[in-house]
Amino acid sequence: MTDTALSPSHFEAHDDHAHHDADHKPAFFARWFMSTNHKDIGTLYLLFAIIAGIIGGGISGLMRIELASPGIQYLQGWASLMGGTEATMDQALHMWNVLITAHGLIMVFFMVMPAMIGGFGNWFVPIMIGAPDMAFPRMNNISFWLLIPAFVLLLGSSFVPGGTGLGAGTGWTVYAPLSTSGSVGPAVDMAILSLHLAGASSILGAINFITTIFNMRAPGMTLHKMPLFVWSVLVTAFLLLLALPVLAAAITMLLTDRNFGTTFYDAAGGGDPVLYQHLFWFFGHPEVYIMILPGFGIVSQIVSTFSRKPVFGYLGMAYAMVAIGVVGFVVWAHHMFTTGMSVNTKMYFTAATMVIAVPTGIKIFSWIATMWGGSLSFKTPMMWAIGFIFMFTVGGVTGVVLANGGIDDIMHDTYYVVAHFHYVLSLGAVFSLFAGFYYWFPKMSGRMYNEFLGQLHFWVFFIGVNILFFPMHFLGLDSMPRRIPDYPDAQAYWNGIASHYGYSIMAAGMLVFFVNILWSLFAGKQAGDNPWGEGATTLEWTLSSPPPFHQFETLPVIDPDSHH
Amino acid sequence: MGTQVGTSMKIVQSLLLALSLAGAAVSAQSMAAAPAAPAAAPAVAPTVTTAPAPVIEPGAAPTPAAADAKAPPAYVSTYEPDPHIGQPEPGGWKLPVQVTPTGERALWMHNVILMPVIVIISLFVLGLLLWVMFRFRAAANPIPGKTTHNTFIEVVWTLVPVLILVAIAVPSISLLAEQFKTPPKNAVTIKAIGNQWYWTYEYPDNGGFELTANMLKEKKDAAPGERFRTDADGVRLLATDNHVVLPVGVPIRVLVTSNDVIHSWAMPAFWAKLDGVPGRINQMSFTIERPGLYYGQCSELCGARHGFMPITVEAVSPAQFAAWVASKGGTMPGATPPSGAAAPEAAAPAAAPAAAPEAPAATNQTDAPAAANSTEG
Repeated sequence: MTDTALSPSHFEAHDDHAHHDADHKPAFFARWFMSTNHKDIGTLYLLFAIIAGIIGGGISGLMRIELASPGIQYLQGWASLMGGTEATMDQALHMWNVLITAHGLIMVFFMVMPAMIGGFGNWFVPIMIGAPDMAFPRMNNISFWLLIPAFVLLLGSSFVPGGTGLGAGTGWTVYAPLSTSGSVGPAVDMAILSLHLAGASSILGAINFITTIFNMRAPGMTLHKMPLFVWSVLVTAFLLLLALPVLAAAITMLLTDRNFGTTFYDAAGGGDPVLYQHLFWFFGHPEVYIMILPGFGIVSQIVSTFSRKPVFGYLGMAYAMVAIGVVGFVVWAHHMFTTGMSVNTKMYFTAATMVIAVPTGIKIFSWIATMWGGSLSFKTPMMWAIGFIFMFTVGGVTGVVLANGGIDDIMHDTYYVVAHFHYVLSLGAVFSLFAGFYYWFPKMSGRMYNEFLGQLHFWVFFIGVNILFFPMHFLGLDSMPRRIPDYPDAQAYWNGIASHYGYSIMAAGMLVFFVNILWSLFAGKQAGDNPWGEGATTLEWTLSSPPPFHQFETLPVIDPDSHH
Repeated sequence: MGTQVGTSMKIVQSLLLALSLAGAAVSAQSMAAAPAAPAAAPAVAPTVTTAPAPVIEPGAAPTPAAADAKAPPAYVSTYEPDPHIGQPEPGGWKLPVQVTPTGERALWMHNVILMPVIVIISLFVLGLLLWVMFRFRAAANPIPGKTTHNTFIEVVWTLVPVLILVAIAVPSISLLAEQFKTPPKNAVTIKAIGNQWYWTYEYPDNGGFELTANMLKEKKDAAPGERFRTDADGVRLLATDNHVVLPVGVPIRVLVTSNDVIHSWAMPAFWAKLDGVPGRINQMSFTIERPGLYYGQCSELCGARHGFMPITVEAVSPAQFAAWVASKGGTMPGATPPSGAAAPEAAAPAAAPAAAPEAPAATNQTDAPAAANSTEG
């Protein structure tokens, strides 16, 4: 990886921060509510993502309980609880759709994205390029605080009418006309507005990252010397900037269709419901790379650090991400193989989608090649990174299956798809989040996490999510559709395994995680500047742990002869 | 008991059908004796029989002997759900058995090409990881190497995946071409229309009659007197009151659309899934090779009861299909109207309005507990 080849004397801010102005912190309210400091905002994003993750994960628990055995067991009780009156069966079934919608939206927009980009991006992009802060610190602040009303709107939508029952039951895809004429009441409007705010937050964040990375690199930090995590956030920011306005347009037209009599998605008025799907997936497919690319970056840093070796094929790794980002914009309709597209269109999207496997393969093999010949230590972050590489491979190859338009006709909207995207997200993106969290926890908090609990968390979670999600491939092949609260008795076996064993073991793993964080925050031993040794070469490890409130008051200078 | 009720209902049905057919006929001179008794009913008009193939003798005057030979007047379903074909298997972990040529080809593509490739790639990556973790652990390799570039290996791991993907893409593209061939002109056309939350079907080439398919309720959920699901109908959540009856061995064209939100007509045993989009008519085609009952479920989120609008296809022989169509008051396309006006093909269109209200029971399983069932069309 980027070998900065610096002597510690370059970092005066680091050497004497204890009595330096750089460490003067504002009072509590000003610091946390009016924050313009990238590290504090990063911390806020991470806290937000953890809270959202607990809610989103709790909702998946409700779904797994209901799916644990055939028949409708709990939905009616929950719907009655939400509505305050005895719920009808239809209201109970609507509640199911609200749960799947909320789970998807929360995990995508309020857990993975804030943690990856807002959390780790804010914390480490400026430090890794040797910048004192983000380019637009106040815009950074509003990026975070837009998420709060967005999240409140989404959660609040569950308590207002949304058609058959309370809440928005449209799925995270919000397809018209189910989301327009099919969902009467303010719930869907609130959910759409929530997406508007979350989208605006992300667009502002993307502008901030692009400006920061292009303009605030320390002397000598050329683009081709940037750590791969910075590259990953740069590519992600471009994807956000180009994709989110399309989502905003698509859901704005939903709003006007719903409220102002337009017919963008209504065939009766000359519109087309499939137009919404094209617009949504033009955003939605880059969105899945938005969720995984920063994870690629995190894993690259960690594999390099714990192999004590620079990343293999740095340029290939960086441009593979660029390629994934570019090609990711021209494959969207593989989410729509059953909408009645022409066969030629299907052929194109089949072929284009497969192309993405090539740069992804380059990344997988380059990680392994980085480890090859290295001197590997299997600390917790490394375990998560290795787990990521394998689990992401499994999720990736099922993606190659689904890419085939002729094969997708039987897989589409079945649990095979659910298994596929949980392998790339819950076992891919989330593994990389845990990897990053353990990797940078000493830097962010100044304390070491508990290694035993970290390893325990990894193994319990690893076993749990595999028992939870692997049987979903079987259910999908056995033709169980997504988004149904009940299933034929023949499918009880694998559903039971996923619910009873998979979810419980996974949840136990999460418990270990929370115990570890709390214990480590208060009782973890002090972390040095660089707890990972010579493999950790990026700039954050040259600062104290935690870093000074303002770092790099004197900019570091990167040796032009250093790596890359 | 159920069987007896069903059978006696059928006799009444066929009587009524025969009556309406005869009533529509121009030559009504033989009508005088017709309403006398059920036993006499078959003599009134030569209705289509189920098996063997209906023998239509346009010019022949109906004699008592000939009428006896053609006694079973209406369509009788003889198919039972097969636990291994057309529905999920208990604890199943494989793709379903395919009963269409395109489905078989796609299944082959998945099982023989894709599945081995993805398993091998996954195991290869896992093996590499485990080997690297073992061989280059710090204890075994304390001094890390410095290699960060190897153009040859980078070209290899770019080109080999490209070749693998080309090897997948070629059969995949030709599979698509095969699946989406335009169906021939003589294909049997049905139109599946999604509604919240049931399917309606039209047979535009067979006189345009319609039927509605609702999920059958469980016994405990059914109102008194309401028809509920039995094992002969199929398993819980998959059985419908009316079946989409389709002939085997001939190309089927399915048109799918919707009346409200997007639904998706899915039939796993045919490798078929197509969205019903309001304002659009989508088309797909397949040829069913094996008679039997096949089950599918709506596959696009369509609101509260999305999980409760299944699809049941009953694939039958062409002769049975013709009989079923006749029992619905429909016609078979391409059959030239015979000279004798009393022949069923000619009479049926005129008779359809009269026959339709009585028709539904004829499609039910013979042992359905309550034959008098839902409303149709």
